[in-house]
Amino acid sequence: MIPELGHFALILALCLSLVLAIFPMAGSLTNTPRWVAMAKPVAWGQFTFTAIAFACLVNAFLSNDFSVAYVAQNGNSLLPTMYKISAVWGAHEGSLLLWALILGGWTVAVASLTRNLPAEVLARVLSVMGMVAIGFLSFLLFTSNPFARVFPVPAEGGDLNPLLQDPGLAIHPPMLYMGYVGMSVAFSFAIAALIGGKLDATWARWSRPWTTVAWVFLTVGITLGSWWAYNELGWGGWWFWDPVENASFMPWLAATALIHSLAVTEKRGAFKRWTVLLSLLAFSLSLLGTFLVRSGVLTSVHSFAADPARGLFILVFLCLVIGGSLTLYAWRAPDVTSGGRFSMLSRETLLLGNNLLLVVISAFVLLGTLAPLIYDAMGWGKISVGFPWFTTMFVIFTPIMVVLMGLGPLTRWKHHAPAELLRTFRVALIVSLAAGLLAALPLLHGDWSPAVGLAVLLSVWLVSSLVLSLRQRYRNPATLKALLQNPAARGNGSYFGMIIAHLGVAVFIIGVTFVTQFNIDKDVRMSPGQSIEMAGYTFRFDGVESAQGPNYRADRGRFVVSRDGKEVTRLAPEKRTYLVQRKPMTEAGIDASLLRDLYVSLGEGLGDGDWSLRLYYKPFVRWIWLGGLLIAIGGLCAALDRRYRLPVPARAGRSVPATGKTLAEEAHR
Amino acid sequence: MARYLRYLIPLLLFTLLVGLLYRGLSLDPKLVPSPLIGKPMPGFTLTRLDDPDKTISDADLKGKISLLNVWATWCTSCRAEHETLVEFARTGKVAIYGLNYKDDRADAQRWLMQLGNPYIANAFDPDGRTGIDWGVYGAPETFIMDKHGIIRHKHIGPLTGQVIASEILPLIAKLEASE
Repeated sequence: MIPELGHFALILALCLSLVLAIFPMAGSLTNTPRWVAMAKPVAWGQFTFTAIAFACLVNAFLSNDFSVAYVAQNGNSLLPTMYKISAVWGAHEGSLLLWALILGGWTVAVASLTRNLPAEVLARVLSVMGMVAIGFLSFLLFTSNPFARVFPVPAEGGDLNPLLQDPGLAIHPPMLYMGYVGMSVAFSFAIAALIGGKLDATWARWSRPWTTVAWVFLTVGITLGSWWAYNELGWGGWWFWDPVENASFMPWLAATALIHSLAVTEKRGAFKRWTVLLSLLAFSLSLLGTFLVRSGVLTSVHSFAADPARGLFILVFLCLVIGGSLTLYAWRAPDVTSGGRFSMLSRETLLLGNNLLLVVISAFVLLGTLAPLIYDAMGWGKISVGFPWFTTMFVIFTPIMVVLMGLGPLTRWKHHAPAELLRTFRVALIVSLAAGLLAALPLLHGDWSPAVGLAVLLSVWLVSSLVLSLRQRYRNPATLKALLQNPAARGNGSYFGMIIAHLGVAVFIIGVTFVTQFNIDKDVRMSPGQSIEMAGYTFRFDGVESAQGPNYRADRGRFVVSRDGKEVTRLAPEKRTYLVQRKPMTEAGIDASLLRDLYVSLGEGLGDGDWSLRLYYKPFVRWIWLGGLLIAIGGLCAALDRRYRLPVPARAGRSVPATGKTLAEEAHR
Repeated sequence: MARYLRYLIPLLLFTLLVGLLYRGLSLDPKLVPSPLIGKPMPGFTLTRLDDPDKTISDADLKGKISLLNVWATWCTSCRAEHETLVEFARTGKVAIYGLNYKDDRADAQRWLMQLGNPYIANAFDPDGRTGIDWGVYGAPETFIMDKHGIIRHKHIGPLTGQVIASEILPLIAKLEASE
């Protein structure tokens, strides 16, 4: 009975999303206040019914209701409660329901948290989100109903994929979906603005905090995914350029460009068309990711059950959403006025440069991801694009980007004299060049290490430019005093958010480079009692014992790691066999610290107590995720900036001169 | 006019992408065509997995419709397909041979003892030479040969009940009928 209620609730949610898509939009265009006023309550209704449907599915998992096909495939009575809940989004149908729920959540958040938004603008935004919801809810109901029953009812469920039975992965998809779906807010704001023809600083200001929050979720989601892969997949890697990873990375790149471009649009009224295009792009790439993951056109470690009917459905949906929005763009964008002008050397130019780089990188990632498909479709044969392609791309683009990132915050809007800029950066330039050279010297490892030198140079450059910026901002004791008295004052959030996020990038670069350059790994065969030296640590293997988990059996290795005769840590890598799916899973034994990880994973038992093992020494690997975390924290600070909560007029009054001047300049031309 | 065309660029790029994705829907990324299909199977003479003193060669597979399954103990997908293969062997529809690929003899023997042995015989290919001749990308892979030892089909990835029912059984029926 309860699953049928869920199904029914889902149908109601679809009906309400139809109402949401039609009436408020029509009302805003025909000046019918009663229809405009429907937006908020209908958005709430749609969310409530989706939430009821979701709760019904959670209930089916918790109560082991194997008469529901989806639960029978992915649930099991032995699953720990936490994984019973996360199993809800462990496969295609449920994850799509989670997607719809999150979309409903963002819709009501926009409905109730945006103040100062004219009613018809809000109505349009919510309407566009309703249109997106129609797509997802009908996709659920027509191709992927999570409430379908199965008969005869199996006695036990097929269990959740053991790869997904990990706390990191339980929260990774919701975070990622929050990010993907959050991009629909920026998208809807852009569409509403294109329809209304009012693309101005106010629009950017409304859209900005939402975009930043979605971007923070996406950052956290990707970081968690990488951390999970490192823990769970047992080969010590943290990023694989898998199509599905790329599918999450592309919208992230586009969204990163977007949050910077929004800043320019808000502050200077420039880049309007570009910002709109990026808003459309970020969400389009999220949708494209969904298509790639669920249609089976590419092979991936993550792929969901592929079904051509589903693929076709999403493709049609993609055409409607992306094609429709780009058509609207092609139609309305030519009429958008250009914003404030700027000279070759100005913050605008630098931000534009970074924006273009981010978009180019994401185009390259897209090309690398789709290359196997392109080859196949053209009949050129089969290829797989691996690490070298993506690594080369990053080695080429990252340095340019970081140089611009360092310059950006210290460069003035509109125009900055080159000589003056050089003077400002003199010290930073010398310090970073010296640090880079020092790091590249063959002192530590006996060889020149240009990669390490470059990484250190870039990081020091970035950090020193941040220090310079702080010094410039707080050179005057009065400003420092003001900061201490009221740290949460307007503008501080975005400023410190920028500092923290950029610091995160510096940390990330160090992590990636050091772990790639100085990683040591060994594949060995060990007998109990045997010891092996690696990177100054002694790993003693004390054999493998059997262990029993709630729904798995495990072989658990015992290691004592010591350095200079002193015990450092004990590691217990496991090789688990989950009882239902009989899939072997590795749980690496990891001793983590800020400067290095020691990582052991069990291979195969070779008889007589011998095992094949993999040992890793991974310096600075934590910095990769620390960097990701800092970037996310920075974004959060920026999103929480007080100025987004202040009434608009105070701000609009300030941005009017900028726009006015631009218009005047336009008139002169 | 040119001023308006600029703004159509994103839409045009997207149209190209949609064309590609639409084409992609009808392609199977797991399908790697083998140049060996329609050709005689590559010759080999290897020791038998169960007995290093005996050998097995391509001649043993000829004279009947045969199936060669490439597998290894380190390959988790092979474990996934093993049960299907054991069941399929019970039907006796086709002579199933194995190529134990880049593996350890003792491990492989233990595996067959524990999980059941669907194979008439296994060729032991520890360094993967024969695998290279056969164009093996990775285990598991399955080849079907006709009576004359001509390779008729190659399946990459684990066998499932569905693959056997929809690909392999119809092919065997066709080969039997044509003879």
